Amino acid sequence: MTRVFIPQDAAALSVGADQVALRMQALFDDRDLDVEIVRNGSRGMHWLEPLVEVEIDAQRFAFGPVSDADVSELFEAGFLDGEIEHPLALGLTSEIPYLKNQTRLTYERCGLIDPHSLKDYRANGGMEGLERALTMSPEEIVSEVTESGLRGRGGAGFPTGIKWNTVLKADGDQKYIVCNADEGDSGTFADRMIMEGDPFVLIEGMAIAGLATGATRGYLYTRSEYPHAIDVMREAIDIARVAGLLGKSVLGSGKAFDMEVRMGAGAYVCGEETSMLNSMEGKRGIVRAKPPLPALEGFLGRPTVVNNVLSLASVPAILAKGAAFYKDFGTGRSRGTIAIQLAGNVKYSGLYETAFGLTLGEIVNDIGGGTLSGRPVKAVQVGGPLGAYFPVELFDTVFDYEAFAARDGLIGHAGIVVFDDTVDMLKQARFAMEFCAVESCGKCTPCRIGPVRGMEVLDKIARDENRDSQIELLHSLCDTMKFGSLCALGGFTPYPVVSALTHFPQDFRPTGNQQAAE
Amino acid sequence: MAGAMPMHEITERTAAIVDGYLHVEGPLLPILHDVQATFGHVPDAAVEKIADLLNLSRAEVHGVKSFYHDFQTSPAGHHVLKVCRAEACQAVGGDALGDAIQKALGLDWHETSADGTVTLEPVYCLGLCSCAPAVMLDGELRGRLKPRDAEALAAEVRR
Ligand SMILES: Cc1cc2nc3c(=O)[nH]c(=O)nc-3n(C[C@H](O)[C@H](O)[C@H](O)COP(=O)(O)O)c2cc1C
Ligand code: SF4
Ligand code: FES
Repeated sequence: MTRVFIPQDAAALSVGADQVALRMQALFDDRDLDVEIVRNGSRGMHWLEPLVEVEIDAQRFAFGPVSDADVSELFEAGFLDGEIEHPLALGLTSEIPYLKNQTRLTYERCGLIDPHSLKDYRANGGMEGLERALTMSPEEIVSEVTESGLRGRGGAGFPTGIKWNTVLKADGDQKYIVCNADEGDSGTFADRMIMEGDPFVLIEGMAIAGLATGATRGYLYTRSEYPHAIDVMREAIDIARVAGLLGKSVLGSGKAFDMEVRMGAGAYVCGEETSMLNSMEGKRGIVRAKPPLPALEGFLGRPTVVNNVLSLASVPAILAKGAAFYKDFGTGRSRGTIAIQLAGNVKYSGLYETAFGLTLGEIVNDIGGGTLSGRPVKAVQVGGPLGAYFPVELFDTVFDYEAFAARDGLIGHAGIVVFDDTVDMLKQARFAMEFCAVESCGKCTPCRIGPVRGMEVLDKIARDENRDSQIELLHSLCDTMKFGSLCALGGFTPYPVVSALTHFPQDFRPTGNQQAAE
Repeated sequence: MAGAMPMHEITERTAAIVDGYLHVEGPLLPILHDVQATFGHVPDAAVEKIADLLNLSRAEVHGVKSFYHDFQTSPAGHHVLKVCRAEACQAVGGDALGDAIQKALGLDWHETSADGTVTLEPVYCLGLCSCAPAVMLDGELRGRLKPRDAEALAAEVRR
């Protein structure tokens, strides 16, 4: 039977994938055709969504972006035969350069398989990591992860194996694995894509983390802005439980691990791990002082691994293929692959998994194809709302944790938001302050009051009131926030603000941006 | 939704919700979500009942409720339109889209129309940054919008 793949990834849904699927199903029904529609995850080529694929002899042919209005025309043109001449025909999916040039380790199956089919999952290499982990001691699993060089993908880049070792060594009758799927950074959607496109890899990664540390319960905390991801994950967890991948005896090993989904309630700060733990406990999402580390006193005061979705989803491949294989990719102290997310004003928007080590310019211009508007790139914000704005002059910066830190930036969760020359950087700096003011948990004075003052100061600069002294004041305010805040929300908000000031001083002069926009 | 609901009904339904979560580790957020979904907001009577059943003070439950943007004090409109205001959407005309939507609905952020048809909420990223600018209407996603789509959105919620 012919199979047609139409993504149910939220990005694809937002541009009409459901309508395409409905129209296509109706057409197949009308003509009594034996064609099965599979709702897969996204391949990550979001500018081509909805991306429809036809499978012929285990080869997949892509068409996109397809709207429901294109369906009958595509059919008449013979798209079910795969290789046709048509403006929407893209040929073999696997040969599209954007996809072909990637190194897909974590996203190996994302967009390829039916997210709810364990059979598909296994047939494409799934479960090999867990099966191997079940033959190893907890210490062996932990050292494999440590040796792989995997660092936390949630932003801070802390070595995952070292964190796991702390939890393994900690005393506790109950330990927990908490998957941080709060993904609040603008410009990021990598966690969402895994949850919607390959949920079993995350479940497998969490189960391996449980085996490695002696944790038998897991929680996946995600945001209420992700209803589709929540549905897919909940269904996948049920399937995994029925199949014995979760439960009292994981794959018949006699070792227990089970998990459930928890939903946040619209608070960015709850992505911070200790705030998240408070939220899970039913408290206000106030950040906790460290120590104690969550690894020692986490959820309900017990030893807890908190890891980002991608850290956990990278583990099955590391166990299946070995630490050396994973470590071989990358540069410096940034090992393995990173799921770069290209967003905003960029031509080829989407997810691009590759080894660390490309330059920012290669990513934005060569992979991203420059701006969507066709105007010159002016700034790119890397690492979410707490990340710095980079000018084109810094496009030689290499994509790795240390190289970005050396240029007063951060890669964070690897989201890259591109802006063309119409952007007003004073406005962006003001937004960074506004965001901090809206989302602050309120514990530290600099983070609670600072951004409100920051907005006032920026408004004065915009009105050209005592500009020089106000800019000086802004710098000192940023210093206070940087050094007087408990967590990165207050502490890193100065990054976008100061980078905007430093790299785009013309926008902080009267009439500055009007010139640029002309 | 809950405006006309008698107090005892709020209390009873809240008690039933709480009952379903007593086995859960850290039940308060799931309970508040359920209450919000049931009544369209978190009524004071529900706060009181939850506090009572979980052995917390009313101030504690209120404190948690008020911390999170999702939990509302007054009933939301029949439709809820969430418009992304974060950076990736800004980069492709998100501000202009937001302005056009405000104008088309005649509402400011966080406002509900007088007839209770629609509530307009800002959100900071829907994870659709590669198909920006984006909005969520009652859980349904829309991406790659243009300011001119605002009128159609407004017409849709008024229908
Ligand atoms: C304000 C704030 C928001 C954060 N949001 C997230 C998030 O959405 N997802 C995430 O994985 N980590 C987030 N973090 C980082 C977490 O605190 C933590 O470092 C991470 O979950 C650890 O997992 P990892 O080692 O696998 O990266 C955030 C931190 C701060 C300060
Ligand atoms: S820096 Fe801000 S968000 Fe972080 S703990 Fe302090 S007040 Fe809370
Ligand atoms: S920034 Fe608007 S959807 Fe992410």
